[in-house]
Amino acid sequence: MSDAALGAVAREHEHHDATGAKIGMWLFLFTEFLLFGGLFLLYAVYRTKFPADFHFAATTLDVRLGTVNTAILLTSSLTMVLSVAAHERDNRKLSTAFLALTMLLGLAFLVNKYFEWSTKIDHGLFPGAAELATHAPGEKLFYGLYYAMTGLHGLHVLIGIAVMAFVLPVAARRPRRRVRLGTQSASRLALTAEAGGELWAETPEDAVDEIEVSFLYEHNEELAKRDRIVVENTGLYWHLVDIVWIFLFPLFYLIT
Amino acid sequence: MAIDIGAAEVSYLEHRGVHRGIASWVLSTDHKRIGILYLTSLLSFFAVGVLIGILMRLELIAPGETLVSARVYNSMFTLHGMIMIFLFIIPGIPAAFGNFFLPILIGAKDVAFPRLNLLSWWVYVAGATLAVLSLFSGGGAPDTGWTFYAPYSLRTGTNVTLAVFAAFVLGFSSILTGINFVTTIHRLRAPGMSWFRLPLFVWSLYATAWVQVLATPILALTLMLVMLERIVGLGLFDAARGGDPLLYQHLFWIYSHPAVYIMILPAMGVVSEIIPTFSRQKIFGYKAIAFSSLAIAFVGYLVWGHHMYTSGMSDTARWVFSLLTFLVAVPSGIKVFNWVATLYKGAIDLAPPLLYTLSFIFLFMIGGFTGLISGALATNLHIHDTAFVVGHFHYVMFGGTGFMLFAALLYWFPKMFGRMVPARPMWLAWLLMFIGFNALYFPMLILGWMGMPRRYYDYLPRFQPLNVVSTAGSWVLALGLAVFFVTLWRARRHGEIAPANPWGGSTLEWQIASPPPVENFERIPVIERGPYEYGEIPPVE
Repeated sequence: MSDAALGAVAREHEHHDATGAKIGMWLFLFTEFLLFGGLFLLYAVYRTKFPADFHFAATTLDVRLGTVNTAILLTSSLTMVLSVAAHERDNRKLSTAFLALTMLLGLAFLVNKYFEWSTKIDHGLFPGAAELATHAPGEKLFYGLYYAMTGLHGLHVLIGIAVMAFVLPVAARRPRRRVRLGTQSASRLALTAEAGGELWAETPEDAVDEIEVSFLYEHNEELAKRDRIVVENTGLYWHLVDIVWIFLFPLFYLIT
Repeated sequence: MAIDIGAAEVSYLEHRGVHRGIASWVLSTDHKRIGILYLTSLLSFFAVGVLIGILMRLELIAPGETLVSARVYNSMFTLHGMIMIFLFIIPGIPAAFGNFFLPILIGAKDVAFPRLNLLSWWVYVAGATLAVLSLFSGGGAPDTGWTFYAPYSLRTGTNVTLAVFAAFVLGFSSILTGINFVTTIHRLRAPGMSWFRLPLFVWSLYATAWVQVLATPILALTLMLVMLERIVGLGLFDAARGGDPLLYQHLFWIYSHPAVYIMILPAMGVVSEIIPTFSRQKIFGYKAIAFSSLAIAFVGYLVWGHHMYTSGMSDTARWVFSLLTFLVAVPSGIKVFNWVATLYKGAIDLAPPLLYTLSFIFLFMIGGFTGLISGALATNLHIHDTAFVVGHFHYVMFGGTGFMLFAALLYWFPKMFGRMVPARPMWLAWLLMFIGFNALYFPMLILGWMGMPRRYYDYLPRFQPLNVVSTAGSWVLALGLAVFFVTLWRARRHGEIAPANPWGGSTLEWQIASPPPVENFERIPVIERGPYEYGEIPPVE
């Protein structure tokens, strides 16, 4: 293997910046908070305008279901943290297991939410329903906000679960990369990573009669770090989902 | 020049990567190629926007229905606004020139997240496609104006839902670029490139990126609610269901006012690059200019209410917003004074980039002063929703950002494509554009003052003379634009080969080959001086 190839491998690594990846994630989380922030602003305005209607409308929400969901989501945050911690200790099996558990809890939350919404819809408490049209304006707004906010939150739970499904194999994999040295055409010699991507390639002018290979496996701390950041960032996202719910719960269920 | 950047390698235009043909562009994660992708796409949309603008002006050449019906005219000003704002001027300088030059200016090989960068272009294209689709599907092109004000946007039968979704998607692209730039500037500065050695264009991109990150989500949410209102009828902005349409305006402007700083700040950054280069002087008041960018970004958040003086707010809210509006003019003033001070006693070379930049200062000042008239409570009542506001806005956005985008093209074209742009045709283009621009928009200021409302396809006969002048101006401006872009297009193939540093610039992009090598720098440079130290630079080649 030539120095050029080693140089290529090294160069690819220096492009990756764990701190940068985390900064990027935090910036993204800011944008998420602001997204929900607009809705919280609307909530604040309308609740100030219609305190009695909000109070009355909130009594129709099922506090027990809400509490169960809060417990589920808080527990899922715990399992998420445990997954990140296990990954940090190089225990990939445990990390994967906790991640899967977090996914299940997220699903449980959504199932619960489904029953909650369908009960409301059965009672005619949804925007545009004839039943809701007879209610006071503040109640209509309460339900409008209820569906918008818990809906947007539910969508984030769903996205979180989807992200975890993608991250599961990342959390499970060993931090090494298999590379392959081979010829692609009659005259082109290339070193490729098994996961895809060419690390180095050369088209020698003269016939090659000897190739010296220095390594095939590469145990790589850089790659381990990269996987860890992916798991950690997934965790950060999941905590965002949790934190938003922590605010939604009292604002909708506990203001009676 | 002490910076060690290693031997030149193959340029990014000639580099043969994994993909061939068109795929080598649309799948490239090279920030330079993505910059060119953005530039091409946004200039194409600019052409469409200009065309619609010319047609609108043609309609206004005489009172009554001249060319199109009221309904079509409404769709036209909506489209013109949507295309020019969401597809052209918001991505504008940051996505095209920011992508191309930010990594080079800070001594990096690429942005922090190259793949995310490519994704942001694809999201932009997806949003643009949706916007185009919204014209031909559903109830036809939206007719609400680009502001989508409730309650009309909730009621109209036109295809507002899809158009709003398109703007929502475009917002994502903007957020991704913002996240990428903030991270890049924090993490990828070359050794020795301290914060106060950053070129001022980088500072302006930094301020812009923060606004993109912190304001765009509010727009995303607001537009999402408009969609939900139209689909399921939440009632949040609907007075019939207890909601308040005024809250829509608040939420919309909480984004859309900072958005005008997304549009103008990068343009101001380009001014701060061009003026030192062509007056061969160190920039005057480096820190003042850098911090004024941040100040504009910050205070710009707090002034959205000045769009709503006549919408129904308390007097206290109105005067507070007015006061803050005056405050945000201060950092802009600081910049203008520092630019002029940089020119003072400089060895000024009035090459096309500087010419366009000086016209920016002139036009932006008219835009700024008319902004103060719009921002004052008493005068605002008189000119609110009149052609005056249209004139003011175009002086700031077209005379400001538009002219600076042209200046940036002229300044950086040799670096981006390795060819010089001939100066003579660009003088002619400038003359036509400058005359056409003022003939087009200055009458609007007067018309608005006389009481001609905006967004009407019809007007009283006494407004006609000035409207004819304005329409004639639009033709001269269009001719200038044609000369400008035809010259650029020809220069791309037939211009003289550009040297590495044709203008004698002192920032990092001029220290590498034209066009830049694939990896920008063979070795990451070590920075030992500020960006505008002309004393130590060899004379122009």
